[in-house]
Amino acid sequence: MRRWVGFLAPTLFIAILLGAWEAACRLLAVPDALLPPPSEIGQALWRNAGLLFVSAGRTLASALIAYAWVTLLANVAAVGAASSRIVEASFKPIAVALQVTPIVALAPMVAVWSGVEHPERAVVALAVVVGFFPIYSGSLAGLSATDPELERLFDLYGATGWQRLLRLRIPSAIPQALEGQKVGLGLALVGAVMGELSAGSGSTEGLAWRIMEASHRLEMAKSFAALVALALLGGALYVGFQAFEGAALAWWRGRPAQRR
Amino acid sequence: MPIVAALEGIEVDYPGRGRALGPFDFQLGAGEIVALVGPSGCGKSTALRLLAGLEPPTRGQVRRAAGRGETSVVFQSPTLAPWLSAAANVALPLELAGLRRGPARTAAAEQLRRVGLGGAERARPAQLSGGMAMRASLARALVTSPKVLLLDEPFAALDEITRRQLADDLLALWAEQLPAIVFVTHNVEEAVYMASRVVVMTPGPGRTAGEVIVEAPAPRPAGFRTTQGFRAAAERASELLRVAMGATA
Repeated sequence: MRRWVGFLAPTLFIAILLGAWEAACRLLAVPDALLPPPSEIGQALWRNAGLLFVSAGRTLASALIAYAWVTLLANVAAVGAASSRIVEASFKPIAVALQVTPIVALAPMVAVWSGVEHPERAVVALAVVVGFFPIYSGSLAGLSATDPELERLFDLYGATGWQRLLRLRIPSAIPQALEGQKVGLGLALVGAVMGELSAGSGSTEGLAWRIMEASHRLEMAKSFAALVALALLGGALYVGFQAFEGAALAWWRGRPAQRR
Repeated sequence: MPIVAALEGIEVDYPGRGRALGPFDFQLGAGEIVALVGPSGCGKSTALRLLAGLEPPTRGQVRRAAGRGETSVVFQSPTLAPWLSAAANVALPLELAGLRRGPARTAAAEQLRRVGLGGAERARPAQLSGGMAMRASLARALVTSPKVLLLDEPFAALDEITRRQLADDLLALWAEQLPAIVFVTHNVEEAVYMASRVVVMTPGPGRTAGEVIVEAPAPRPAGFRTTQGFRAAAERASELLRVAMGATA
């Protein structure tokens, strides 16, 4: 019953919305160049499936490359900050600045640094910057939230700093670090899209570029089709990470995975 | 009886909270079981941390004959790492001391068998009951064959049947390895059941209110709780506690 509600209710709701949209476009005779009806978007999706698939692959590749980099950088920074108050205090203003600055404002500079011939570098760099904070703060919170009695046992056993880090703090941090990694993955995709929009060059050929290109040509149905592809891509990343996180937490806790 | 640990003229002050313990003197002989009994906040857990070397006193001397790795602590909660199997948790102190994984795991499995958890080597803490988790915690404390075993209200979170079973099993394990044990509790009867010497403490800041010697073989014979000796010792300890509480109330 519950599972049916979880699936049926949103499906029905979206169907009603699409139906209303379709009806409004037809009844009010809205020009396609302004707002195409869902049926047009569906056709555009079908016609451009090959192109959109390739573009989605580009955007996904940029986001994943950035994700790999930001995972490495943010976690190294978090381990550094967790190991030393001085390091943590030194990082803090930069970490906060990264969080509160609208990163899209950095885009023009990053595009200059990466050079006209390498717009994909700008895309990856922006995605790294956008994804940094949640991963850093999730891992740092996890590394700092070790069970104090386990810490005392490690004191008692005379554990070295490395032993404490590798055998206590890093494994303790896993649940909270995964939360940060999940948010960071979503933001890496956002960052890649922002990068593509602002790099302003067709050579990235990602989904965001498709949206811009089609909009400039007033091919709104194609723009929407690329947007749908982007939403599907984001959804797939989220669902995929959710499954990975569930399995990882089940392993960590030593329990069979719980159904959501 | 050689002394394995001692507190001499100990005082512990916590900033903002004042005196937590002392002046307090305490001696632990090799292989003896001493219970520290007192009301909540009397500093008995603080005394235990001093004996473990986990905390320095504000004033006074802590003497420890046992070296590193020869003192073990069991806390009120089992304090097992959830991501490690029971065997890996028990092997942890050996591996941290530099023993290789294989022999450490073998020793851990053997110690788990001794505490009655044979076959649970691969279980994770989440899959163990409260009593089983406490047994695993005990196995981790005993796997290093410590000279001194410090127990901080280890059975407080368990039901009565489990605590009695664990108390008997702990005494049987003590008889095998003969570590000196300090057993902190606020339960007078549990203290008398476990210990050959019961040190009663005053409300915080804790001092010694008195001592009761329990003359009975360990492990305890069946029906020990109903014997005259047990009841008399429990009465004396309760009386000491009552007087100590009254003196400050």
